[in-house]
Amino acid sequence: MDPIRPPTEQEKFGRHRPLTDRDAHEINRVEELSYDLKIHEVMASNVITTPPNVPISEVLELLRINRISGVPVMDGETLVGIISLEDIVRALQNNELEKPVHRYMTSDLVTVHTHDSIVEAIRTFTEQGLGRLPVVDENNKLKGIITKGDITRGILLAVQRDYKEEEVRRYRVSHLFEDIISDRTTLVLRYNIKAGDFNHGGNASGNIKRALLRLGADSQLARRCGIAAYEAEMNLIIHTNDGGILKLEVEPHKITISTADNGPGIEDIQKVLQPGYSTATEKVREMGFGAGMGLVNIQKCVDTMEIDSTLGKGTKLTMYIAVPAETLNSNKGTS
Amino acid sequence: MNLQTMIDKLQLSVLTEPREFSSITPRGGYTSDLLSCVMAGAKNNNIWVTLQAHMNIVAVAAMLEVAAVIITENAQPDEATIAKANEQGVILLSTPQASYEVCGTLWDMNLR
Repeated sequence: MDPIRPPTEQEKFGRHRPLTDRDAHEINRVEELSYDLKIHEVMASNVITTPPNVPISEVLELLRINRISGVPVMDGETLVGIISLEDIVRALQNNELEKPVHRYMTSDLVTVHTHDSIVEAIRTFTEQGLGRLPVVDENNKLKGIITKGDITRGILLAVQRDYKEEEVRRYRVSHLFEDIISDRTTLVLRYNIKAGDFNHGGNASGNIKRALLRLGADSQLARRCGIAAYEAEMNLIIHTNDGGILKLEVEPHKITISTADNGPGIEDIQKVLQPGYSTATEKVREMGFGAGMGLVNIQKCVDTMEIDSTLGKGTKLTMYIAVPAETLNSNKGTS
Repeated sequence: MNLQTMIDKLQLSVLTEPREFSSITPRGGYTSDLLSCVMAGAKNNNIWVTLQAHMNIVAVAAMLEVAAVIITENAQPDEATIAKANEQGVILLSTPQASYEVCGTLWDMNLR
């Protein structure tokens, strides 16, 4: 018989769960998995068992050889108990190692079901203080055994699997520029920004940051672009008459973020570039906007910034960020 | 030092969904109520201490990936703000203390 260990087929379970960047760092993910993962996915199914009438010393040998600490007791096809090292120690204290297993086994059985979530097993482990649980199917037939170690291993494998899927997805997207042949390939994302829509402020720039991460940008680049886009987005919300368009253009070597609006236009561009200068209303300032730092922040984040504004007509703000070689897998990449 | 220790020491109320706070280890902090200053000054995994409690702090906190936002002087974010924070994985904490005191305590706790 095989020793008890989690089945290696675990990798085979097809699971489709996208993992966001944030999720990867969150313990919440583990909580979620403890509901999603079923006991049969993590349990050991090649169970070593013992009949009830053999001497305890034989079980001790069985445990030693297989380096396990307990086995279910089977009377033919029926699960009648479980015997662990603890029980054997009791027998040893009484000098009764040659007595049959059923004298010292635990027959008051706590079992879990194959199709329960592993959270059930975790709960049972915590409540009952047990080290292992026999797993039975709907007909109460023994199907496997589960330990806390199996659960930990199962969760780790599932997290790793999620992570790999996300890696593959990111890899595919980031090869977009390699797979599509043209003289110049540009990915354009457009966002319509409404004036005064503070409730959605930051949504578009958040999406821009995520898109860039998907495309393979490193966190530093995504953050710079995200902050620049955020300030530009908030400018449309705070200062325009009727909103505008926020646009992201991604090329293998360069990212362009731009906004265009229909007014009111900037009276003195030199003034708006001064740190601390702002035309925001008192109400907007109370919310923490209008610090006069927006364009200053943008200049810090991007490589080049251009403002083209006509009073009464509108403003065009264009920001360029150079992409470090190979970040977005340009055609000149190593592949 | 983990976030749970800070929550306990400062007796912060947790406004967003409970999380495994002891597994989150913030590094350093930043305080300002001016969002653009926060954008420029706060770093990834910082604690951000602010008096602002409206919707837009969530976007800023999410963009910067701060470890948590401590909202001071009992300023109360509305339900929509808390919902958005939960959706974006932003942790919102609240205290009756002023930003000055909160920062002082965090500094003494060696969050620097």
